[in-house]
Amino acid sequence: MSDNPNNWPLWEIFIQSKRGLEHKHVGSLHAADPQMAIENARDVYTRRQEGNSIWVVASQHVHASRPEDAESFYDPADDKAYRHPTFYTMPEGAKYI
Amino acid sequence: MTDVKNLEDIFQAKIDAEQKIEPKDWMPDAYRKNLIRQISQHAHSEVVGMLPEGNWITRAPSLKRKAILLAKVQDEAGHGLYLYSAVETMGVSREQTIDDLLSGKAKYSSIFNYPTLTWADIGAIGWLVDGAAIMNQVMLCRTSYGPYARAMVRICKEESFHQRQGYEIMAVLAKGTPGQKEMAQDALNRWWWPSLMMFGPTDANSPHSAQSMKWKIKRQSNDELRQIFIDRTVQQAEVIGLTIPDPDLKWNEETKHYDWGTIDWTEFNNVVAGNGPCNKERLAARNKAHNEGAWVREAAVAYAAKKAKRKAA
Ligand SMILES: [Fe+2]
Ligand SMILES: [Fe+2]
Repeated sequence: MSDNPNNWPLWEIFIQSKRGLEHKHVGSLHAADPQMAIENARDVYTRRQEGNSIWVVASQHVHASRPEDAESFYDPADDKAYRHPTFYTMPEGAKYI
Repeated sequence: MTDVKNLEDIFQAKIDAEQKIEPKDWMPDAYRKNLIRQISQHAHSEVVGMLPEGNWITRAPSLKRKAILLAKVQDEAGHGLYLYSAVETMGVSREQTIDDLLSGKAKYSSIFNYPTLTWADIGAIGWLVDGAAIMNQVMLCRTSYGPYARAMVRICKEESFHQRQGYEIMAVLAKGTPGQKEMAQDALNRWWWPSLMMFGPTDANSPHSAQSMKWKIKRQSNDELRQIFIDRTVQQAEVIGLTIPDPDLKWNEETKHYDWGTIDWTEFNNVVAGNGPCNKERLAARNKAHNEGAWVREAAVAYAAKKAKRKAA
């Protein structure tokens, strides 16, 4: 972020497309405060009624994993096929399982 | 004018229109209280539910079974977490919710107050206990409170291997030596009735059910879910050659369901009241783990503070 106090901070925008669904990240925008971020998000991301609810989160508060670490970071899951239901052999004829 | 009556009408209209209620929406106090109790009990059940199975992690019969059991117990810890987060959206602190479990004020599913005596119990738990829980959880994927429903969708996806690994254990034992088959049958005998109790009191004795249905927190009654579970499980037991321990069990051609015996509700009430075989052990184990983990929580905060200070310098 720039040090210039007149530069608006960046906000990450999350939109809930339909009641009951989760809020999904759609992008980001600059705004002077949260209220303005919500209103701008409405104008940028919900012009065609894409949204039912908006969350804004200051980008500086988002911490992310490092893509370059992805291989070693996620590899503990690689050899655990038994976490999936298809790993198990069900006896012939058994239903609803 | 929006008085409470009016707000309640708006709230009920949303529910009737199959819309989810979100944390910041207005909701009746009783709805909030009801859900805080239900979701926190559900969370506690996931967490306490790790104990009976954890008992067999070090003694699983093979490395494969050990890895599977570890993965399952690890999933249950995650389920506890999703649900505790859902409780937090209702404005109750995580600490408070966990304190209520540790002090014995909050309840959790009574099934976890039974001991796991043999390896076959791990099979019976996956097959029957997770099987019964799944019935309830599939229904709750459509519950009216948004954060609870979304947690359930995730949980149901993860649950799908739990029941299968348990049934597979039972199938393998039932095909094994006479001793192994007997062990599987014994586990089924001990877990069958407590599993049926998991669905809760009969509809006639379940005074809050009507309100929960009206609010669409629940969508099927205890007796309905219990019957579906019985119908499915009897077939699965037949396939692997085990016998359901109920002399009154009989297919009813008219209703197209199994008729079955009666649950010993005195036993159920006793376990709920704290007098089951393992109630004290479970609560003691949770308290011990919590107390012995205190230094880890403190150390993590101290380390984070130290890192922040170093970054600022
Ligand atoms: Fe679970
Ligand atoms: Fe499970």
